[in-house]
Amino acid sequence: MKKCLLKITLMILMGFVAPVWAENLPRFNMTTGVTPISHQIYTLHMLIFAICVVIGIIVFSVLIYSLIEHRKSKGAVSADFHSSLSIEILWAVIPFIILVLMAIPATQVLMEMNDTAHPDINIKVTGYQWKWQYEYLDYGIKFFSNLSTPEDQRQSRAKKNQWYLLEVDHPLVVPINKKIRFLVTSNDVIHSWWVPALGIKRDAIPGFIYEAWASIEKPGIYRGQCAELCGINHGFMPIVVEAKTQEDFDKWRAENAPSTTATAPTAAAPMSQDALMSEGKELYNTTCSVCHKPDGSGMPPAFPALRGGKIATGATAGHIDIVLHGKPGTAMQAFGPQLTDEQIAAIITYERNSWGNNDQGKYGKAAGGIIQPAEIAKARNQ
Amino acid sequence: MSHATAGHGYPHAKTLGDWIKRWVFTTNHKDIGTLYLLTSLLMFFVAGAMAMLIRMQLIHPGNRLLDPDFYNQMVTMHGLIMVFGVIMPAFVGLANWQLPLMIGAPDMALPRLNNWSFWLLPFAFIILGSTLFMNPAPNFGWTFYAPLSTTYGPPSTDYMIFAIHIMGLSSILGSINIIATLLNMRAGGMKLMDMPIFCWGWFITAFLLLGIMPVLAGTVTMMLTDRHFGTSFFNAAGGGDPLLFQHLFWFFGHPEVYVLILPAFGVISEIVPTFSRKRLFGRSIMIYAIGIIAFLSYIVWVHHMFTTGVPLAAELFFMYSTMLIAVPTGVKVFNWVTTMFRGSLTFETPMLFAIGFLFFFTIGGFSGLMLAIVPADFQYQDTYFVVAHFHYVLIPGSVFALMAGVYFWIPKWTGYMYNEKIGQWHFWLTVISFNITFFPMHFLGLAGMPRRIPDYALQFTDFNVIASIGAFIFGLAQLLFLYNVIYCIRGQGRKATDRVWEGARGLEWLTPSPVPYHTFTHSSEFEKGESH
Repeated sequence: MKKCLLKITLMILMGFVAPVWAENLPRFNMTTGVTPISHQIYTLHMLIFAICVVIGIIVFSVLIYSLIEHRKSKGAVSADFHSSLSIEILWAVIPFIILVLMAIPATQVLMEMNDTAHPDINIKVTGYQWKWQYEYLDYGIKFFSNLSTPEDQRQSRAKKNQWYLLEVDHPLVVPINKKIRFLVTSNDVIHSWWVPALGIKRDAIPGFIYEAWASIEKPGIYRGQCAELCGINHGFMPIVVEAKTQEDFDKWRAENAPSTTATAPTAAAPMSQDALMSEGKELYNTTCSVCHKPDGSGMPPAFPALRGGKIATGATAGHIDIVLHGKPGTAMQAFGPQLTDEQIAAIITYERNSWGNNDQGKYGKAAGGIIQPAEIAKARNQ
Repeated sequence: MSHATAGHGYPHAKTLGDWIKRWVFTTNHKDIGTLYLLTSLLMFFVAGAMAMLIRMQLIHPGNRLLDPDFYNQMVTMHGLIMVFGVIMPAFVGLANWQLPLMIGAPDMALPRLNNWSFWLLPFAFIILGSTLFMNPAPNFGWTFYAPLSTTYGPPSTDYMIFAIHIMGLSSILGSINIIATLLNMRAGGMKLMDMPIFCWGWFITAFLLLGIMPVLAGTVTMMLTDRHFGTSFFNAAGGGDPLLFQHLFWFFGHPEVYVLILPAFGVISEIVPTFSRKRLFGRSIMIYAIGIIAFLSYIVWVHHMFTTGVPLAAELFFMYSTMLIAVPTGVKVFNWVTTMFRGSLTFETPMLFAIGFLFFFTIGGFSGLMLAIVPADFQYQDTYFVVAHFHYVLIPGSVFALMAGVYFWIPKWTGYMYNEKIGQWHFWLTVISFNITFFPMHFLGLAGMPRRIPDYALQFTDFNVIASIGAFIFGLAQLLFLYNVIYCIRGQGRKATDRVWEGARGLEWLTPSPVPYHTFTHSSEFEKGESH
């Protein structure tokens, strides 16, 4: 305890010099990160912080001295001086010089940050409400990355794990020591792709693509979050970057390469109800449950309930249409381009047969039903 | 100085109808000042209660009190009301009360306009507040960035737009009135440079408001046409640009934060010399510094947008211009400190709040300087570091200055002293709990906690618990302020002398306490050196 107190005092006195993950202390300074840029940002941050501390000590010392020494109760009589042009000029010019000295390294780092030329790998990052899509432009790999913290932990029904709200189903995998260029954009509203350890924060703006780059020095898992308010689940779209050695990365790449043979599944094979339901449940919980909730209750009025909802119990055509094409101007995206026929068929089948939605006595003849991938393919072509 | 005429007091209202008529039709600057101040005090507790809900939600990780959508609504309304409903009207209230008294004028130059400027506000607040019953209320932050507020905005957004139109109109009319008053109504012999610094702060602020409020009105009108009339100003799919919204918003928004702070500079420049019993150091430099800050505030707006992808040249220009603001602001702080140096200090409540301003506004200035460094800003932007920064400038800057100003002048307004002991408690509880609340937020931001999230990773728990506890103390402490205001209005304290404070200088202190309903009804003369 005593040791801990001493440590805190020391660190505050030293201007919290070290980026500590000390045993019992929460983190309280900026990360030094794992890229050349993030190191330089950290150095700039500590430099400007130190300058502020020094100026602060000088100003506050004079202030505190006056507060103690020049009080009327101690018999202080006020002096009469009230202007001095030379002093005014002096304390305008000195800060100005300090600022110029500060601006020089800041300008250098900024120019380096903007130099996205000659990348080794190009990754397109697209923000969606509320998940990220990563597309390896050079390798044809493309996937979504969703929050994977279970709802039970969010509702405090289960113990929260170490990476609560900072974990995803499919992390972004990148090689180390390669210049990676990120092309950041958005599908709907403005998001911001922020990974502190990479020294990157780049707003994802719909209709525009902006760049950032990183060259990661060591393998590891680096976590970040969306930094721009983007709607209800802004707090629930984390970023996880897994940096691997070139060798491991190549292995990952080979495993995840898109198959070259079967690009367009021509005759979609019919699937059994069980297969549809089990795949549907899994997909629903990663893709749909953030808004519509695992029990289908939704968050009305923004996110309608699927449990007993008109669309999930009504005619199948309407259900397929809204999943394929979305509802413009809302968080309900067009999932047609995001998911395969099988996946969409599975999700719709799951939604129509869960939570009592298939009760035809209650909802009429259209309720329930098994949707096959072929029906989705047909709807796509219409 | 001639006599400050003791005019007729307002005849006491005999019926409720008379009482309502008095307040609705009043053109008296003191009545209108009171209306502004009481309205903003009410809104202070409303928006403060929202902050309490926010801190309650964040006291521990996990879904607790508020669902994420309602959390976003609270964040939005807390910000909008604190800026437009608390700080702005409160400073206009101080201006209404003090400007005519300080320049020896019988009233504001345009009294009927003054009445209308105020009475627009309650309607704007009712419209804004009514959105809380239109689930969902605006839920995109007080900065209402497109397209979250346009294509994706809830229907209640239109009510917010209309409320902003009305508030903007009120501000523009109020500003015109202040400029007209200060230019035309000064006592004989008072040159522009002789005006008290509080008047100067407001004079420059009024010009800022005239420059930016039409821009905000235009911006929200563009939102309205984007939402309903098929335009695409902010919609890339129609050839527009979401960034255009941010440029327009911050062209308003950055000068706006100086609207919230320049009158505060004026208040502090009145209080520090009074309780130091010494003239303000570098008076004319202080006036020029306000002017320079106001000018610079127009050319720094992109520093709110460094991570959006603006070109390198723009980032450099706006980094340099932002850093430059530190120079005149620093000069002001140095001058206040030098005013106190070798003074004869006493520590009544107004002075305590002014000292609190000097310490903690300066810390907010330091974090502002850090935020100006673009590469570092990439790590700070949209984190709790920013939340800490702007609360450090807005609470010790604007709110402490308002508290100081009210404690300073309320004996003159009501004729009775406030309760000094309660005032001291109010100050110490406020300043300590303020730091408990907001200092840890610097750490949270640096450690990587984004702002505007209703739930957070486990590593952020400790500092959030501390911040929430501090916030509850801060909220409760403000009830002491309410107590003291009522204490003065009901006249429970000691009677105030005409000069009230030993070191006070300025025309307002030559009037009797309580100040009569009509003052300076005959033309008066001002002698140089009568104000600080």
